Formats: sequence, C-alpha cells, structure tokens
Amino acid sequence: MTEITSEDLKKLEDKANLIRRHVIKILNSAGSGHTGGSLSCTDLLVALYFHVMNHSPDVKLENQDRFILSKGHAAPALYSTLAECGYFSINELESLRKNNGFLQGHPDCKIPGVEVSGGSLGQGLSIANGLSIAAKYDNKNSKIYVLLGDGECDEGQIWEAAMLSAHYKLDNIIAIVDRNGLQIDGQTEKVMCLEPFARKWESFGWNIIEIDGNDMSQIINAFKEAKCLTGKPTVIIAYTFKGKGVSFMEWVNSFHGKAPNETEMNMALEELK
Amino acid sequence: MSYLSTREACGNALTELGETEKDIFVLDADLSVSTQTKKFAERYPQRFLNVGCAEQNLVGTAAGLAIARKTVFVGSYAMFINRAWEQIRNTISHDNLNVKILASHSGMTNAPDGASHQCFEDIAIMRVIPNMSVLCPADEIEAKKLILAEAYRKGPSYIRLNRIATQPIYDIDYEFEFGKAVQIKEGTDVTVIATGTMVTEAIKASEVLKKEGINAQILNVHTLKPLDNDTIIKAAKDTGRVVTIEEHSRYGGLGGAIAEILAESYPVPMRIIGIKDRFGESGVYEHLINKFGLNASEIVKSAKILLGEKK
Repeated sequence: MTEITSEDLKKLEDKANLIRRHVIKILNSAGSGHTGGSLSCTDLLVALYFHVMNHSPDVKLENQDRFILSKGHAAPALYSTLAECGYFSINELESLRKNNGFLQGHPDCKIPGVEVSGGSLGQGLSIANGLSIAAKYDNKNSKIYVLLGDGECDEGQIWEAAMLSAHYKLDNIIAIVDRNGLQIDGQTEKVMCLEPFARKWESFGWNIIEIDGNDMSQIINAFKEAKCLTGKPTVIIAYTFKGKGVSFMEWVNSFHGKAPNETEMNMALEELK
Repeated sequence: MSYLSTREACGNALTELGETEKDIFVLDADLSVSTQTKKFAERYPQRFLNVGCAEQNLVGTAAGLAIARKTVFVGSYAMFINRAWEQIRNTISHDNLNVKILASHSGMTNAPDGASHQCFEDIAIMRVIPNMSVLCPADEIEAKKLILAEAYRKGPSYIRLNRIATQPIYDIDYEFEFGKAVQIKEGTDVTVIATGTMVTEAIKASEVLKKEGINAQILNVHTLKPLDNDTIIKAAKDTGRVVTIEEHSRYGGLGGAIAEILAESYPVPMRIIGIKDRFGESGVYEHLINKFGLNASEIVKSAKILLGEKK
C-alpha cells in the first residue's frame, strides 16, 4: 500500500461514485435486492479493492490477501467492484438475479473473485479465522479482510468467532463493521441494542479503530494503521449512512431490501453524476 | 478380548495420517477426549485447534481452512454438530469444501447421558443436503479404512461414529470402497440391510434364521449417501423381501433411503426397523437397544412376517 495523494483519493471517490451507479442500475434491472446496505459499504469496498489489498484478477499471488463479504446482501456492491477490477465483464452485471443468471442474489463461490458463498448472516468471521490460521501455518504474509454488517452482529456466531480470533492472536485479520445503524426491522438500537459496540469488541480482545466509513481519506488511513497492528486482530468500526450517495435513500430503512423503480433510479443517477 | 469403538479407531487413523499428510487439520469443540481427536492434538499441536464449545464457529473455521486447501476433520458429538446444520448446508456443502465431520456418540451409544446427548435424526438431515456424503462404519477396521480413504477423497462428508465398541466384523485385509454396499453373506429368502452398530445384529439374526431353514442375505451399507443402488436392487431381486435396521429414527434414515430406491426401481415387501419417532433416555446401552427394539430378534420377527406375505 503506497502513500495516497489527493489525486489518488479523488480517483477512488470517483470509482465509488461509478460503482454506486452500477449498484442502482443493476438493482433496478433485477427488480429486487438490497440497495441501502450496498451503498453504505461501497467506499469500503473501493478502498480495499483499488488501494489496500494485494490481489489480482488474473493470477494467484504468493501473498494474496483474502476478502470475505459476510454481509452477503451487499452482493451488488461487491459484484460491481469485482467487475470494475476485471474479475469479469461489466456486461455480466446485468445478469444479477435473472433466470439462469451468472450473478446470484447473494455471493456464490462460482463467481470469479468470490472466495466463499454467503447470504446467511454470521458466518464470515469464522471463515476468516480458518483462512488466517491457514495463512499463518503456510507462512504467508497475507491479510484476511472480512466485512460484517452491524445488524449481523446480533448473531451469536460472530462472538464465538471474535473470541477465537483474539484467543489465537490472529493479527492478520482485519474485520470491518459497516455500522450503518439500520437492519431490516428498523434501527439496530431498537431491534437489538449493540452499544457500547466498540467496547464489546475491545473487551473481546480486539484492536479498535473507529472512522467515518464514507470518508475515503479516513478509510485509507484506518487500513494503513490496521496493517501495522500486531498481536491482536483488528476491527474497523466504520460509521456509515445506509443508502449513502442518494439523498432520498440515506437513513431510509425501506431501502434495506428494496430495489429502486425506474423513477427512483433516474433520480438517483442524477445525484450520482 | 477388548475391541475398539469406531471413534477410537478413527482417532488412531487420524494420528497415523498426520505423520505424512501435513495439510490435514483437526478441529474440535471442547470434546477432544470424547471424540478421540486428542491423540492428534497431542502429536501435531500446530495442526489442531480447539474452538471451545462453539459448534457454529467450529464449522465456519473449518470452512476457512478448507478454502485455503487444507483437509479438515472436525469432531463433536453427532447431536451437537447438528446444531450447525445451517452452516454445514450453506457453506461446507454448498461450496463443496473438503471438510469431514466426525460425529461421535451417534444413535444411543451415549446411553447414560440420555435424550439430550443421543442422536437419532442425523442421517435424515444430512442426506438431504446436496454434495454431502454420509458414512457409517460398522467396526473398528472399517472405521480406520474409511478415515484413511476419506482423507484423500474430495468433498464434504458426515461420518457417524460410536461411543461403545461393537464386535469386529472384518479382518485386517478388508478393503473399504466408498459408495459400495458390502455383501456380508449371500442369501435367497430375505435381505437384511444394516448400517453401523446394527450390522452385528443382522449377522446374529441370520444365524437364528438359518436354524429355521431361512437363508438371509446381509448387506452392510457403510455409505448411506451416495447409496449403492445397483447392489441394493440386485439384493431385492435375489430375495424379494427386505428388512432394514439402523440405530436411527425410522424416518428418513437407511430404511427411508432404501425405500426410495426400491419404490422406484424394484418394489418388494419391506420392513424398516429403527427408533419409532421418540426421544432416547438414560440407561445401559444393551438395555436401551433392546427396549427400543433394535436387535436380532426384531430382525427375525420382521423377516418371518415378510416370509408369511406373498412375494
């Protein structure tokens, strides 16, 4: 990971904007899917795939980093990112959720760039633990990135896994929580209180970094810092806006599991120009 | 003479494998003494991981290791590993990962611990998952050979093991073949199909039947999925009558699987012996299997009923 210039930062922000446009278009075309949580984590995905991670769509690298999308419903954002990276053609994005389509509603391991299938919440951190242990055993200097949803952290398995990562000092794991504050049934704090969220992770033995997860500069700095921390796993709690980038979707929970219709798509694309 | 249980034989086989196969990992959820993975843990601590009593995380961690090209054996009780059925279904099986589940203390072999620790439902809920193979060795020799074979076969499997030791069936030269039912004895009047602990009961029953002039064929189905359809259909054709027996619910297990095949391909009169839609209870193992009707005399009774019916 190289030093970032303001010009690079602008490029990443433009890329995030482009990916948000893909997300809106493919969700409209699919007619269903998760808009809010795809838009909230777009900046995080762009930072990872276009600046932070050691990866290549063409060859397996010696110290290849790994990424697990534990909040699998953000698949439209992941697919758009992978397509922009060159894992598959941009034209394939149109197949999302379609009959005999290449892109399944939730991540599928048959899709190039997708390490493991997802969609059922709570499982990504455990999988990251296994990847981390294997990387250490094989003396690989790779990092394991795993993106969790905040609502997902209601799942008990997340905390089973968090205990294990700390117990075995899996410091090659960098977890990111997309703390957008909303889940299907409403505000996370009303459905099932998560706070004091950062202190929960801290008490489980993790390094904590808290950032504005829609601010590219803060995201890049957080990953830079996380990569240097040793002895413990690190979690970046990224405070984001669900529906980020489209004013009438931001912090609007009805867009959790809803695709934009034609009018909404056009309005959104106008804002994302 | 003392015999080994299938879990003990499996623990020994893993330790043997660990010597040469450096990419084999073993994971357990705080039951490594019971499941016998402890031996591997002591010998190869770098390739063993105790996740604490957390079965969902056990399965997820195994998935991660398997994605990184390790072969992973995970140990727990049959009853408790099935707590992670959804993780097994959505991750291990969906992605066809190289994770082998060692489900110890199956059936009622964990007799004194009672209903909460006994498991009669696992064959049914595992065999409905695509990609998942379901295996159940009948004795220590078969358990050892099965584990040695599974270490090199790609894909997930559920391996049903026992707490108690049963009498040996096979000698040391026995060759295990994945997916093949084993004909233990030829016969023309009735076929008895058994798995796991019940294979010895089938052998005992055939001796009783023989004295009464009834020639029973015996099949050991160590691979419940994929099922050896050809051998099963052939046996049904040979004898025209089938009795199945398993230390599992009568619903959805070995009997159910055989009935599915025969109903479509070669229907014959059939009796399914298993646990009759109920939970277990505490007791001595021998008392419980007799109380629940899982023994040679039940097989004899069922065979005679079938012989009284028209072919």
